[in-house]
Amino acid sequence: MSNIRDMMRSFELFQPTELEGALTLLREYGSDAWVLSGGMDTFDWLKDRAKQPRVVVDLGGLEELRGISEGDDGGLLIGARTTITEVATHPEVIRRYRLLAEAADMVATPQIRNQGTLGGNLAQDTRCWYYRSGWPCYRAGGNTCYANTPTSINREHGIFEADRCVAVSPSDTAPALVALDARMVVSSHRSERIVDAADFFITPGTDITRMTVLHPGEILVAVQIPERWAGKTFYFEKVADRQAWDFALASVASALELSGGLIQDARIVMGGVSPRPLRMRRVEETIVGRALDDETIEAAGAVAADGARPLRFNQYKLSLTRNLVKRAIREATA
Amino acid sequence: MEIALRVNGQERTGDIEPRRLLIHFIRGDLGLTGSHVGCDTTSCGACTVLLDGSPVKSCTLFAVQANGSEIKTVEGLMQDGELDPIQAAFKEEHGLQCGFCTPGMMLTAAELLDRNPSPSEDDIRWALSGNICRCTGYVNIVKAVQAAAPAKSEPVATGSEA
Repeated sequence: MSNIRDMMRSFELFQPTELEGALTLLREYGSDAWVLSGGMDTFDWLKDRAKQPRVVVDLGGLEELRGISEGDDGGLLIGARTTITEVATHPEVIRRYRLLAEAADMVATPQIRNQGTLGGNLAQDTRCWYYRSGWPCYRAGGNTCYANTPTSINREHGIFEADRCVAVSPSDTAPALVALDARMVVSSHRSERIVDAADFFITPGTDITRMTVLHPGEILVAVQIPERWAGKTFYFEKVADRQAWDFALASVASALELSGGLIQDARIVMGGVSPRPLRMRRVEETIVGRALDDETIEAAGAVAADGARPLRFNQYKLSLTRNLVKRAIREATA
Repeated sequence: MEIALRVNGQERTGDIEPRRLLIHFIRGDLGLTGSHVGCDTTSCGACTVLLDGSPVKSCTLFAVQANGSEIKTVEGLMQDGELDPIQAAFKEEHGLQCGFCTPGMMLTAAELLDRNPSPSEDDIRWALSGNICRCTGYVNIVKAVQAAAPAKSEPVATGSEA
């Protein structure tokens, strides 16, 4: 529970230059190994000594994980080591998947976007400060949640899908990629598997110690974005206390397919309100097949916060959720 | 671990522990103390250096990650005894008060001007959003960046948001 900054515990460093080598190291060291990509999630943990890995595997030398290329099915393939800046400024991302470019541009600050990678932004741990300060909570393997007591400061915590832990998914790019029906390419020494973005992120009910399906020994190597939503109608908004740098109090990413005056298909996904980027399926079901008009938007807002369970200091997230969902439909643009 | 990198155009080497932060290598091992340690939490930007041309926070980078790269610190801005235009503009426009954030501000701004020779006030404020000025001297900082821009845009209105 102590915060000793600056001098982190020493570790053994490996800097593999091929994915195969990295995966072999992770197989060998298992949960003793810490995977370092851009480092934006890593350094706080190590400086605070809240995590003290024996081995650090630096993926910085894996050029094969970097870059944006055409996917097999008309979409894009983005290597996990591609920086957030590269994602936000890439002409094809902007042209086809503006939703992702806008979300990436809202991540933190310029330096962090230059250093941080897409894979790291997706696989990052939650920002619950009780947990990140090293308190022995459920997520850290303990038997209580410090963020959900009568005196807890939980303004930033979740209103959906809590199960003992009330922490939220902090990523800005994750809601956008779930809305785009992206798929995650996950490699281990044994095999490669492809996981739908919506299934890549998990809730405490599935495993309270992890935010994603990644097991020790696995690396997120790439993100596939299918052609499905290319050039459709999008909206992204991030609400935070500051205009830059902050994590989202709540964010929304929407992708709409409009034709014949009707919403033919929709993805509405929120960040910052649940342990995972949350597909608002009741909202989607409410609006698909209807005209994009005030009545539809009001109906969407009316069901958006159904099932929410606010904590003492985050009741504002109920109206924030309803309003963000309504804006994500009303103000979506092609 | 042995590392070799170019800092302000000079080949530099070191034999360091993997956990040594780049900022500590630059300040402690190379003696280049122009880059500052502010928050040590990737927030304030006082430790900003250019890594292969891009602004990064050197408190959140191991020196070994910068092995083989090209680093520019504030000491590298001055050329042949002449202040860089961004340095001259910070001096002329009073773009600093205590000066602690200034090295990071100038390096971030220099990279912006490389990319965008006529940035708007919004462009400048967005580009500098990872650099915090504890004296809150942002108006003059933005003025300085506009004054240094190779193709000048509209001047900043005085008395706008501090």
